[in-house]
Amino acid sequence: MLVAETRPSAAVSIEEFLEQEASKELLRLSTAGSVDDGKSTLIGRLLYDAQGIYEDQLAGIRKSKVNRSTGPIDFSLLTDGLRAEREQGITIDVAYRHFSTPKRKFIIADTPGHEQYTRNMATGASTASLAVVLVDARNGVLPQTRRHATISSLLGIPRLVLAVNKMDLAGYSREVFEQIRADFLAFAGGLGFAGMLAIPVSALEGENVARRGTGMPWYDGPSLLEHLETVPVAGRRFDQPLRFAVQYVIRPDQHFRGYAGQVASGAVRKGDPVLVLPGGQRSQVASITTFDGEMARATAPDSVIITLEDERDISRGDMLVHPEALPQIARHFEAHLVWMTDDPLAKGRSLLVKHTTQQVSARVQSIESKLDIHTMVRKPAPVLELNDIGIVRIEASRPLFFDPYRENRSTGSFILIDPLTNGTVGAGMILTAIDRRAAGAGRVTSSERQARNGHTPALLALANPALATRLERRLFDHGCQVMAMENSEAASALRDAGLIVIGSAFEDPRAVDLNLLPLPKDEEAAVDALIAYLEQQGILFTDRFSSGEGI
Amino acid sequence: MLSHLRALEAESIYILREVAAEFARPVMLYSIGKDSSVMLRLAQKAFFPGNIPFPLLHVDTTYKFGEMIRFRDWYPRSIGAELRVHTNRQAIAEGANPIALGTSRCCSLLKTRALLDALAEGGYDAAFGGARRDEEKSRAKERIFSFRDQFGQWDPKNQRPELWSLYNARIDKGQSIRVFPLSNWTELDVWHYIHIENIPVVPLYFAKVREMIVRNDTLIPPEHNVIPLLPGEKPQPVMCRMRSLGCTPCTGAIRSEADTAPKIIEELLRFRRSERENRIIDHDQEGSMELKKREGYF
Ligand SMILES: Nc1nc2c(ncn2[C@@H]2O[C@H](COP(=O)(O)OP(=O)(O)OP(=O)(O)O)[C@@H](O)[C@H]2O)c(=O)[nH]1
Ligand SMILES: [Mg+2]
Repeated sequence: MLVAETRPSAAVSIEEFLEQEASKELLRLSTAGSVDDGKSTLIGRLLYDAQGIYEDQLAGIRKSKVNRSTGPIDFSLLTDGLRAEREQGITIDVAYRHFSTPKRKFIIADTPGHEQYTRNMATGASTASLAVVLVDARNGVLPQTRRHATISSLLGIPRLVLAVNKMDLAGYSREVFEQIRADFLAFAGGLGFAGMLAIPVSALEGENVARRGTGMPWYDGPSLLEHLETVPVAGRRFDQPLRFAVQYVIRPDQHFRGYAGQVASGAVRKGDPVLVLPGGQRSQVASITTFDGEMARATAPDSVIITLEDERDISRGDMLVHPEALPQIARHFEAHLVWMTDDPLAKGRSLLVKHTTQQVSARVQSIESKLDIHTMVRKPAPVLELNDIGIVRIEASRPLFFDPYRENRSTGSFILIDPLTNGTVGAGMILTAIDRRAAGAGRVTSSERQARNGHTPALLALANPALATRLERRLFDHGCQVMAMENSEAASALRDAGLIVIGSAFEDPRAVDLNLLPLPKDEEAAVDALIAYLEQQGILFTDRFSSGEGI
Repeated sequence: MLSHLRALEAESIYILREVAAEFARPVMLYSIGKDSSVMLRLAQKAFFPGNIPFPLLHVDTTYKFGEMIRFRDWYPRSIGAELRVHTNRQAIAEGANPIALGTSRCCSLLKTRALLDALAEGGYDAAFGGARRDEEKSRAKERIFSFRDQFGQWDPKNQRPELWSLYNARIDKGQSIRVFPLSNWTELDVWHYIHIENIPVVPLYFAKVREMIVRNDTLIPPEHNVIPLLPGEKPQPVMCRMRSLGCTPCTGAIRSEADTAPKIIEELLRFRRSERENRIIDHDQEGSMELKKREGYF
């Protein structure tokens, strides 16, 4: 690792320097975006400008036969370290690079944009706390941009930077930048990032990468590096409840029985009461032992050994928690899933779930929905294909102890392993436990309604009343739950009940405005065009509408 | 301990324990260098107050520095670890050396072949290595649990996804996993940790006056004298140290005054060149580390 401009000055002793160095905050970030948008070039440029590259490594790149850039140095070669990557000119797998500035330390995961390698992008993103999503200024937002931004949000990355790259090829145009920013916000605004910032950059020229450039005087925000050095790093949370999954039992002799593990969240003190899952026995922490001596208190992410007051039959996979703050304990749960292998996932498939220190066999009970990456709408789907993002219900053979992923990244995450190929085929983020009696009974879910209706709920703004009447009739005849009406408040409630509501205007921001669509004069033809549009938007499910008689 | 190193330590200990829990026959590759020293200390910590539940394996090319071998025969035993040593005797008997065979063929026989044979003989299903992602561009691509097929080979184009800290340990008979608990450490972290933890390392890392063959900018150690001397060349005393340790013919020393860990750290901060640069083997061709790793090298 190189430390730019952080050499100890004569006034500071090396010990003091090391202390400063080690107390610097660490920011882990990952790149995202479509293939060739310039992710690797941007990271290479950032490392180069922030003096994070050794001379011999730079010399190696200068000498390289490959240079796909139009500049003297192909910066992408700094992270594209595999031969196949250099030959094909694309990133295949994630590269991890360290660098450090006087303000912060960084670990960068430079991930591939190619759709085929989405699983490797997810690998890099799973440990990041900031995503840099690139868009090529000439191409704008692409489906892969949406997929990566969505995966980043599902993985719980709190912050996002939209880097509109190759501004040199777009005449450094403010309009181009503003348009892409607006397009991006239109879908990413709803993804739940705690902070988003858009920066126009040229990775090739270094504009707004480590320094503010001269090419875009209209931009008055920070450079990428300035932002990375100052953006709040999500601090570790000590207020979370204790979760301690037993990894390994240490039993050197008759007198010592210790449970080795990492504090996944929260804190534990000597003397604390604990509950052991799944048994439910209560005990008390007798000691927190380490090679360096006993500790009075351990906090996430310490790796320690806990001994208990009572002799208990505890083994790997069990979990110690505080008796007053239990996780969910269930065999059935619902989760977001990114499917990562060619062979599609269908309901009924048997897989292994690896969750905390447990590995259990499991079955996929149902595929609740899949996200259409073009429209960002969730639809029912029979299978999840490679790189699809969906919501599934899983039944495990033994109870798991978990929290919703958005509350706890450690106890809310799991991977799926194919027991035949041993491959890692899915990455899951738990939403909630499902009470088994409630599955197929109890409250009707929105996805159940959609599956029956053949459409998502929607508010359709259509000012032409004659057209509205025709559209209502056409949808109704085809089995849709639809109503044309003018009461805006009631319309929102009906939408929540799963209906399509047609009206001249709505206050509800979720409304879809059909008035701007270029429609044929002929009313029947206009309704055809509207149906086609609603299908394209994922509001009407195609399999049900196009492939039947009627429409 | 400072928060950053403490987090790295906790992560590495977690990885070591995962392997001990999930595999039948793990082994720790012990190369005697600074990274191995740190890895060994972390293993002590992971299983304290028990013993380290797996052996250490040193692949000895017979071209290591005498000081390394002395350290190897003393230190692991002093902490109660079990050390096994493996050498490709046949290749040595046939006179393998980097001058006769070229560095890449020599490495392939004495390191890669020897390692693969030793792993097969021991029936090991998981092997720890001390490699770090910040060392080299193909290492930057490596998973923490890195799958190897029944021939010990790495397929970098088809690695298993590895999300969060959920490591997939499933393998079929004959396959194995290479595990890198120090993946996220930097060279600076390693020295910092050695310093605050007071971890013994081979004295060759510390500067002192040593006999060296001085050839242009390169300092060649005369030990195991396989490199032919040029006319008029003879070893001369130079204040120097080793930045990384390997086989004597292939590892150059660097001129340095740094004779303590803090001074080494200070020196590192000034370096503009990577730690592997004075290793001849990474440089014999573009992407050579990747090629070696594909064949089964660590
Ligand atoms: N003109 C110009 N070219 C750029 C810029 N950034 C990247 N490029 C070029 O765009 C091409 C793709 O760059 P990469 O950095 O490999 O793109 P990537 O996003 O990492 O691609 P993948 O990792 O394969 O998805 C290369 O030829 C770069 O030289 C830029 O700011 N301006
Ligand atoms: Mg790339």
